[in-house]
Amino acid sequence: MSSASASASSSILPPGLPAADADPPGLAARLVEFGEELRAEGVASGTSELLDAFAILEQITWTEPEDFREALAATLAKSQEDRRTFELVFERFFFRATELAAVREGVKEGDHEGELSQLGEIDLDELRRQIAAAMREGSESLMRDLARLAIAAFGRRGEGSGVIGVDVQRIRRALGLRTEPQPDLPADDPRRDGVPREGLRRFEALLRRELERGQIERTQKLPPSRPLNDLDRALPSGPLQDLAAVHRVVTQLKRRLKTQGQETRGNRRHAHVDVRRTMRASLQTGGVPVDLRYKPVRPRRPEIYVLCDVSTSVTSASVFFLSVLHALHDSFRKMRSFVFIERISEVTDVFDRERDFRAVSEAIGRDAGVADVSGYTDYGRVWSEFRALVEDDLHPRATVIVLGDARTNGRDPRADIFAQVTAAAGRTFWLNPEPRLYWNYGDSVIATYERHCQAFECWTTGHLEDFVKALTQPVSSA
Amino acid sequence: MAAAAPDSVVAVADGLREVGYLPGESTALVSFLACKLGKPILVEGPAGVGKTELAKALANVLDRRLVRLQCYEGLDEAKALYEWNYRKQLLRIQAERQDTGWDEVQDDIFGEEFLLSRPLMDAITSEQPIVLLIDEIDKTDQEFEAMLLELLSDFQISIPELGRVEARTHPVVLLTSNNSRELTEALKRRCLYLWLDYPELAHELAIVRLHVPELQENLARKLVEVVGMVRDLDLKKPPSIAESIDWARALLLLGAQDIDRTMFRETLSVIVKHRTDLDVVSERVGVKLDPAAGLARG
Repeated sequence: MSSASASASSSILPPGLPAADADPPGLAARLVEFGEELRAEGVASGTSELLDAFAILEQITWTEPEDFREALAATLAKSQEDRRTFELVFERFFFRATELAAVREGVKEGDHEGELSQLGEIDLDELRRQIAAAMREGSESLMRDLARLAIAAFGRRGEGSGVIGVDVQRIRRALGLRTEPQPDLPADDPRRDGVPREGLRRFEALLRRELERGQIERTQKLPPSRPLNDLDRALPSGPLQDLAAVHRVVTQLKRRLKTQGQETRGNRRHAHVDVRRTMRASLQTGGVPVDLRYKPVRPRRPEIYVLCDVSTSVTSASVFFLSVLHALHDSFRKMRSFVFIERISEVTDVFDRERDFRAVSEAIGRDAGVADVSGYTDYGRVWSEFRALVEDDLHPRATVIVLGDARTNGRDPRADIFAQVTAAAGRTFWLNPEPRLYWNYGDSVIATYERHCQAFECWTTGHLEDFVKALTQPVSSA
Repeated sequence: MAAAAPDSVVAVADGLREVGYLPGESTALVSFLACKLGKPILVEGPAGVGKTELAKALANVLDRRLVRLQCYEGLDEAKALYEWNYRKQLLRIQAERQDTGWDEVQDDIFGEEFLLSRPLMDAITSEQPIVLLIDEIDKTDQEFEAMLLELLSDFQISIPELGRVEARTHPVVLLTSNNSRELTEALKRRCLYLWLDYPELAHELAIVRLHVPELQENLARKLVEVVGMVRDLDLKKPPSIAESIDWARALLLLGAQDIDRTMFRETLSVIVKHRTDLDVVSERVGVKLDPAAGLARG
């Protein structure tokens, strides 16, 4: 997964290091430090979790790295997201801790040159084969040894650029490691069917790690720490962006939506007595309704009409937004989606057929039939067409969502028709992918529309989440 | 008498394997820690990866009774913990109305005799140590979670009229969740966390072979590979382990020699349960099963 390899590059970072002359702290202090670092990355690990971690360490053998890590994870990381963060922080924390200790104690691994001359000339072809075979088997320690051999071999050829990321890719290329099959290789070469993706990712991470280790050894100090990447703070800006980002947002949203319906349940929960169930319960007490039964308040499942601007300025945000909404389809009772530039066209079917973000954007571009004569948005025309399309279906429990930058290219915004649409629908939201700062500058007429609807800015996943929450909030009038 | 708690991770793993559950890397470790520390385990993961099975297998290994509480929306303490037996109380009052004083009756009708115990109460009062499975905790609402807190951290239940009921033995508690909503921090804090995911190829192959030993090795391998491919697609409901096993059984019944395109199409409905998913799968995976494409290894 790309997030994992990205993380490997950022995995050497860390916390406020203790001053080099301070006494090295014991394990307990280390663990507390580790907990603090987790918290800094947004994992909710409290004191009680740390206490559990200590209790657990009494039960297992610390010398098994796997057990040690799993045991810590079981106590400190209590969700899948947290677990992901935990892995990253764990790697970077203990890597740095070891390296720091090594620097302090003056432990060195001996120089690679000497090691190499002992080994004699490395047979590159043999090395390639062995690495590919190790990847197939997934043997971690074997891969690490081979990674060091590879680094040594290439270090000697003087191809190192000094930039770790670049070097990793150079070595990978020189070794001819690819995930796709390479039919021109001899039949007994393990690389012939392509090396497993996961193995390659691990191997690259090991290369990176070994290169970093070498660098630390040469310079005798740790590189400055960086926080983990802000993996998914901004919405994908191009359609080619990682699908994983979409999925991450969607799974998070799904879970939050489900929880969120429940949080708000408390306030209004005792609104309606369920007469039937109360009567039935009263039979137990001879017909006296001793305890009242209430109707549960269910989270609202709105009926949704989405209108998305797909002119070049906002395409990717729109398609992304549509993908998210469609992935959330079971949270809505009914959903129809439209895209528009100059004119409007319905794309509900496209999303029923395709679930792949990239395929969807292609399909919309290709055959959604958006009449894109000039490529300029014509809001006035869009409103009247939209009204004609859905006039009969709109009712007070329907929600209309518009995603667009409200830039009319100087054409008539026709806010009057928009007002009619919003009057027919129960709620109308406007999502603007531009930061609020730019609103109403130039040809943006969002203020005209804002009078008739709720407008949100929406250019990060955080914004999107806030919006989806607002969307599914139980409404008292419902 | 219940078997003594296993004293090492390996022992737990072996035990689980013996009763027909193949534990993943961390499963055995976390189970072992839970037994040792007496903490509940929160098991999360997609549907059908063996969360409930784990509880059953653990009960088997530890030789304890399994008490199961299936959660659902609207589950409340009357159904999970205890309830006063109104009818019996009424009878008691009527039977004694003539000559007993009020105080006496009042004390009496709130005794253990009039308590209907539900699964959680059962678990707490059991003489023998047990394994308590609270299944699909994410289906209940937060109030119910809050109610569980006392039980999970101190293994006791407070009944206003009776006082505190403490556990006689220390139960091993498993909570499972399909991850459909975020559980409260308070609940998570009290548990060890175990994430079960779809198993890796070799692991799943072993599971299928264990449950359907009659199936040929090469067919089983191919089946597992295909299921893996299907899971990689973005489906509404990816096939679970249980469904792989069902599929293996179906293939066995049909006497299939190989999973080719026709066989795949005919039996597809065993692993894919949504109409739209069916289309996606037959389009993407079906093609690869063409003899020409040559996925087969065996």
